[in-house]
Amino acid sequence: MLEGKRLLVTGLITEQSLAFGVAKLAQEHGAQVILTGFGRMSLVERIAKRLPAPAPVLELDVTNAEQLDSLADRVKEHADGLDGVLHSIAYAPPSALGGGFLTAPWEDVATALHVSAFSFKSLAMATLPLLSKGAGIVGMDFDASQAWPVYDWMGVSKATLESTCRYLARDLGPKGIRVNLVAAGPVRTLAAKSIPGFEAFEEAWTGRAPLGWSLTDSEPVAKACLALLSDWFPATTGEIVHVDGGFHAVGV
Amino acid sequence: MTRDEIREGLAEILEEVAGVNPDDAAEDKSFTDDLDVDSLSMVEVVVAAEERFDVKIPDDEVQNLKTVGDAVSFIEKAGK
Ligand SMILES: NC(=O)c1ccc[n+]([C@@H]2O[C@H](COP(=O)([O-])OP(=O)(O)OC[C@H]3O[C@@H](n4cnc5c(N)ncnc54)[C@H](O)[C@@H]3O)[C@@H](O)[C@H]2O)c1
Repeated sequence: MLEGKRLLVTGLITEQSLAFGVAKLAQEHGAQVILTGFGRMSLVERIAKRLPAPAPVLELDVTNAEQLDSLADRVKEHADGLDGVLHSIAYAPPSALGGGFLTAPWEDVATALHVSAFSFKSLAMATLPLLSKGAGIVGMDFDASQAWPVYDWMGVSKATLESTCRYLARDLGPKGIRVNLVAAGPVRTLAAKSIPGFEAFEEAWTGRAPLGWSLTDSEPVAKACLALLSDWFPATTGEIVHVDGGFHAVGV
Repeated sequence: MTRDEIREGLAEILEEVAGVNPDDAAEDKSFTDDLDVDSLSMVEVVVAAEERFDVKIPDDEVQNLKTVGDAVSFIEKAGK
C-alpha cells in the first residue's frame, strides 16, 4: 500500500511517540521515511536508530521561521518530493493544562496555539513545494467537540487544529492535496504523561470504548494515519477519522 | 559487569547527556534533586543506558529509579 511512498514524519521523541509507530509501520510497508525532530536532537537520533530502517533526521521547530523556510530544500537532499506529511506535534505550557483554564496567561495560551494548531498550516506551507496531486497531509487530533477534564487550552488548541484542517482542505484541494486528522484515544506517550490528571482519560476510555482500548498500543493510530496518507482515500479531505475504539459514538 | 563499572558507564552517559560532572555521579545522588537532570534528559539517559548496557528499562520502572544507585542496581539485575 505504501511501496515507494516518500513520507515526512514529524514529532518523534520516544519509542512511545505516535510518530514512532507511524514511521515504523510505514517502513515495514515499503515507504521511505524522513524524520524531523525538535529540541533534543540527540535523543531523536537515538530513537530513530530503533526503527527497522535508517531514516535521516532533520531539525524542525515549527515556531522557527528559518527552519520552516529551509525545510523543503533540506528534504530535497533525501527525496525529490513527498507523497505524505505527518504532523504529530503539540505542546502547552504547564499553566495551560491540568486545571489552569481560568488563569492561564495569554502568552502561554498563544504558545499552545502556535505549536499545536497554527503549525499545521506552517508545516503544510513549508512542504507544499514538494507535494503534488494526490499527496496527503495528516495531523494528530484529540476529539475537540466537547470540554474534557484537565485538557484545558490543549483542548482549545485541538479545536483550532480541527478548524485549520478544514481551511487547509479548502485551500489545498484545488492542488489535489488532501488534509485530514486522526482523532486518537489516549496513549501513554511523553506528551500525555505530562498532563496532570491524564488518568481520568485512561479510566474513561478503557471502561467505555465499545471496541475496548489499549493505552500502550499505538498501532491502530498508525494504521489509520498511513491509510489516509495512502492512495486509498483519494476523495477524502477536511475529515476527522476517530481511532478511539468508538468512544466518541457512545454515552455513559 | 561490576557495580563500579556500571556506575562509571552511567556517569559517562550523565556527562554526555546532561552535563553532569562525573565526580558527582555517586550512588547516593538523586537524579533530579542532586544532579539537576530534567525529565527529558532522564528519558535520554535511560535510552542511552539501554544501548550501552544492552538492557531494557521499561517505562513503568523509570519512576522508581530515583538515585544513581537505583539505576545501577536495576541494570545489574537486568543484565544477568
Ligand atoms: N498520546 C495521546 O494520548 C494523544 C491522543 C490524541 C492526540 N495526540 C496527539 O498526537 C501528537 C503527538 O503526541 P504524542 O502523544 O505522540 O507525544 P510525544 O511527546 O511523543 O510527541 C509530541 C511531539 O511534539 C514535538 N514538539 C513539541 N514542540 C515542538 C515544536 N515547537 N516544534 C516541533 N515539534 C515540537 C515534540 O518534540 C514531540 O516529538 C500530538 O499532536 C498530540 O496532541 C496524542
